[in-house]
Amino acid sequence: MSEKIISLQEAVEKIPDSAHIALGGFTTQRHPMAFVYEMIRNKKRDLHLYGPSPGGDFDILIGAGCVKRVELAYEADEAFNTIGSRLRKAIEKNEIEWEDYSNFGMVLRFTAGAMGLPFLPTRTMFGSDMLTKEGFNRCVRQKNHRIASEKFHVMECPFTDEKILLLPAINVDYCILHAQKVGKDGTVRIYGQNYADIQQALGAKKIIVTCEEIVEEDELRESPEQNQIPFFRVNYIVRVPYGAHPYSCFRYYDYDPEQISLYHKKARSDEGFKEYLDEFVHGVKNHQEYLEKIGGEKKIKKLIADPELGYVKNLKRRL
Amino acid sequence: MEKKYTKDYTLTELMAVAAAREIHDKEIVFVGTGLPMLGAMLAQNTHAPNLVIIFQAGTTDSRLANLPMSVGDARVMRQASTAAGLFEIFATVLQAGHVDVGFLSGAQIDKFGNINATSIGDYHNPTVRLTGSGGSGDIACLAKRTVIIARHEKRRFPEKVDYITSPGWIDGPEGREKAGLHWGGPSAIVTTMGILRFEDKTKEPYLASYHPGVKIQWIKENTEFKLDTSKAVETEKPTEEEIQILQNIVDPERIFIG
Repeated sequence: MSEKIISLQEAVEKIPDSAHIALGGFTTQRHPMAFVYEMIRNKKRDLHLYGPSPGGDFDILIGAGCVKRVELAYEADEAFNTIGSRLRKAIEKNEIEWEDYSNFGMVLRFTAGAMGLPFLPTRTMFGSDMLTKEGFNRCVRQKNHRIASEKFHVMECPFTDEKILLLPAINVDYCILHAQKVGKDGTVRIYGQNYADIQQALGAKKIIVTCEEIVEEDELRESPEQNQIPFFRVNYIVRVPYGAHPYSCFRYYDYDPEQISLYHKKARSDEGFKEYLDEFVHGVKNHQEYLEKIGGEKKIKKLIADPELGYVKNLKRRL
Repeated sequence: MEKKYTKDYTLTELMAVAAAREIHDKEIVFVGTGLPMLGAMLAQNTHAPNLVIIFQAGTTDSRLANLPMSVGDARVMRQASTAAGLFEIFATVLQAGHVDVGFLSGAQIDKFGNINATSIGDYHNPTVRLTGSGGSGDIACLAKRTVIIARHEKRRFPEKVDYITSPGWIDGPEGREKAGLHWGGPSAIVTTMGILRFEDKTKEPYLASYHPGVKIQWIKENTEFKLDTSKAVETEKPTEEEIQILQNIVDPERIFIG
């Protein structure tokens, strides 16, 4: 058996407090939620999170007190709830430090990291207050070598004389993503849109992939053009079926509108959020118990994707 | 064929129809969830059959059978031309200058069409924190033009927004060029009360139309900045065909039209 294959608990134990982390997925899709819940149960603290458009993955980590800083463009579950309630509260009460970029800005920063470059140039974000207002204190930037020394830098292009924006690279300690299939040696196969998963992962010092299925490498190597991350970059593999719930995993299962709505209803108040955490995170020992808690086989059956469409055809999404 | 107008529509349907009419055939349109998606799909099913719809999470030219709740939704994968990630869409489609029109929204919109979707009050100690730019700041910078969708309330239409998430004309006709943006800018604001546009030379806003049943006076009362209303006409009503397509083809599950 490959040494890379470990349990969820073992994988979470790799993450030290204060780690710089990127999580895969986009708003209501393919977040490594089982890993997120396990990090909360393990009381991780002072995490520095990066992402273009996370959703409830960041929100529940922030609410649970695991997060010190975020650098992001957006945090919400889109049409299910247009703002993450815990992010909102944490910023309004100054409980976390935050830095705003745009989606493209964040993706470019990950791309620079993945390419081994200190920055990449772009034409975006000009005219926006993302370039006049800074969230992180200047002292934090100067003292903490893990944070870019400047939020951004504007320069004259040496070739065209026009104004160009440089955005600093992101290289996280750990990128955790949830994929549909991983080979035993670590080759990653993502079905559907890959969001910013590939750039986030390739720029990370270590990659942990949670997945629906661990398969023989040979199976994935029959169509290598459909694989995204080469095996030698992946450090740890964890099999967690339904590991993205309540979010969707293309071709495997849809998002769970009931559970997502329940989270947002509860997360609006401190008491409600604590109740949700007590019931669905602290109140269960592991992901298996979590799946029982959210409705077990009966609920899962309703979310299994139509093989042709990749989602549930007539899923009730407005409750 | 003569257009058959209807009186039987909701405000959301009227706004979706107005949004659709801002789009031309063969354009590449960048949309988010909700009303812009209704508008783009309606346009595709009426006057703009060759419209290309782009979703920022990674797909081009999806053929939607069910409306997505997210731009990253599995539903946008259906029969798309290509599916990849944010990088491909933002870098090689949007920044490279291929997006004709993008849709935007936010909590505050000022006279030059600048949008705040980040925070109300002081940025470091906000009274209300909003969701942030997402891709909207990028679309505002790099689409060839933008259409803004907004609820028309006085507090949402201030003289100046508290924070520019998505730049419009910034501070006037030279605002974008000075900032480093070589193209783009807002062309219309479709609100719950009417449609605002911008003067070509001055980029000052004016009321182009008021929705049926809305009085110009109400619009003035619900707009903090000065609005020229001298050119306003009534917004063209939806046709029976448009409403039928919205209800039966675009959103039969009534996800967004309610």
